[in-house]
Amino acid sequence: MTLPDLVGGRSPQATHTGPVIRAVDLSAGYAATNVWSSATFDIERGEFVAVLGPNGAGKSTLLRLLLGLLRPQAGTLEVLGEPPRRGNPSIGYVPQARTIDPEIAFRGTDLVRLGLDGHRWGFASPFRDRQAQRGLVADAIASVDASSYAERRLGQMSGGERQRLLLAQALVGDPELLLLDEPLANLDLRNQSEMADLVGHLARSRHLSVVLVAHDLNPLNAVVDRVCYVAGGSVAIGPPDEIVTTEVLSRLYGAPVEVLFDSKGRRFVVGIDEELAHPHPHTHGAESGHQSRRFRP
Amino acid sequence: MSATTAHLVLAQLTPTSFSWNLISDVRQMLSYQFESHAFEAGAIVSVVAGIVGYFVVLRRTAFAAHALSHVGFAGAAGAAVLSVNPIWGLLVFCLGGAAVMGALGQRLRERDTVIGIVLSFMLGLGVLFIALYNGYSTEAYSILFGQIEGVSSGDVLLTLGVGTFTVVLIAAMYRPLLFASVDADVAEARRVPVRILAVAFMATLALAVAIAVQVVGVLLIFSLLITPAAIADLVTRRPARAMAVAVLIALGCTWIGLAIGWYFPYPDSFFITSLAFAAYVVTRLSVHGAHRRSSRRAIA
Repeated sequence: MTLPDLVGGRSPQATHTGPVIRAVDLSAGYAATNVWSSATFDIERGEFVAVLGPNGAGKSTLLRLLLGLLRPQAGTLEVLGEPPRRGNPSIGYVPQARTIDPEIAFRGTDLVRLGLDGHRWGFASPFRDRQAQRGLVADAIASVDASSYAERRLGQMSGGERQRLLLAQALVGDPELLLLDEPLANLDLRNQSEMADLVGHLARSRHLSVVLVAHDLNPLNAVVDRVCYVAGGSVAIGPPDEIVTTEVLSRLYGAPVEVLFDSKGRRFVVGIDEELAHPHPHTHGAESGHQSRRFRP
Repeated sequence: MSATTAHLVLAQLTPTSFSWNLISDVRQMLSYQFESHAFEAGAIVSVVAGIVGYFVVLRRTAFAAHALSHVGFAGAAGAAVLSVNPIWGLLVFCLGGAAVMGALGQRLRERDTVIGIVLSFMLGLGVLFIALYNGYSTEAYSILFGQIEGVSSGDVLLTLGVGTFTVVLIAAMYRPLLFASVDADVAEARRVPVRILAVAFMATLALAVAIAVQVVGVLLIFSLLITPAAIADLVTRRPARAMAVAVLIALGCTWIGLAIGWYFPYPDSFFITSLAFAAYVVTRLSVHGAHRRSSRRAIA
């Protein structure tokens, strides 16, 4: 392994003008099992897309494909005009919050700093570029309104505060595409809508494409441009009003589900059995007969 | 026993007695070659243990460090049976153990099970080797509890070589290792070789354990590897500063422990571990007190 190939830098992608993500007849899965297939969509620059769907339907799988951690089973996928590759500096990634040890003795600032040069070998020169790098870290922290607590330990922060610093870490390298895996999970309702607004603001102000995996459309409804719904082994993409409907979701799940609205216009998807979402063809027929009336947004 | 007789007994057991002229005391102590070797080896081990210990605490691999020291016990005892310098047995077994633990079980729970299984088997093996070694229990005792005053000048050179290599390794992988320790998922996506780093860190830890066993022994290894890093964690939040603090505390405990041990007929490792423990308790209480004071001020 040579050192230069681990040191990231802006590649020719910066001049790429087409869609940020282009998927043509894309299929994803692990080894012999297929998770979903035949997905065709483009995601444009500055577009904010929420990826929705039940547990295990393959939402995170889509992120893994985009990150280059998993190869497509079939079809083509391009990120900024080239095949996905690990370590692409044009992508900012925030994994699910629970993957960070909450008790860890580490400052928020140092966490954000890792997004800048954590992938480089050796240690940072105490002299060269020090002020410039501190400036970049401070800017990223300010852009998520975390300056007041970034010097604290991660373990002394709330889930929402930690989530903002992880977002700052993803932003510090000035990416063109932001991939967020369930950034709203484990947040209370107020923090959920604040986080959604913040990401929406970042997408607009920085002309940043965002792919955000979520469980619930409602906190995101006002800020997303399109919804990518993953269920029943296939993917549907379009504006929320066209996708999160009784007809489209019933077709996706291959079973009758219903989209209900409450008095405030919030959507609820009713009638999904969790099993239906999983890619086990032999259980589909058996499970579609009984339907639990559980709320699955 | 009265105080005067105790003093006489001590005077007979130690080569020199304590005067309040510290400079001449130290000079006298170091004029004995075995003692100056102990100070040198102790210093090298402290630097290595402080730096590696920071990552042990950060990565929560204390159990692996503990197990590696037991693997080292088997290695040192095996070397004694073969009439080889125990440090070679320590190095070979610790590196082998690190390779096994690094290769098996990436997930923490699975890894801990594997480590526990390897640890107990190695202890059993060590017991067998000690028995084969004509039941000579002094050797076992010095492996288990350290015998830094038996360190030869060759051992010091080897310790220096291994210690330097360890520090260079950590320096070379400093940033990606921090990244992988704190935030493995993002690090992996950023093309940091998380798995290779895990194995490389285990190997580094193995080298650190192997040389630290000489000073404090298998059973007391945490006093140099964990305690100073845990103290540093209480006083500072910055990684580089925490490592520097851990090194200074490990060094202080080792040197002061050795100096006290010079004048008392008790094992050096007892003094070193006690100093480390006392430093931890004092730091913990004062940090806690400072927190309470500052929060009271905030209320007022």
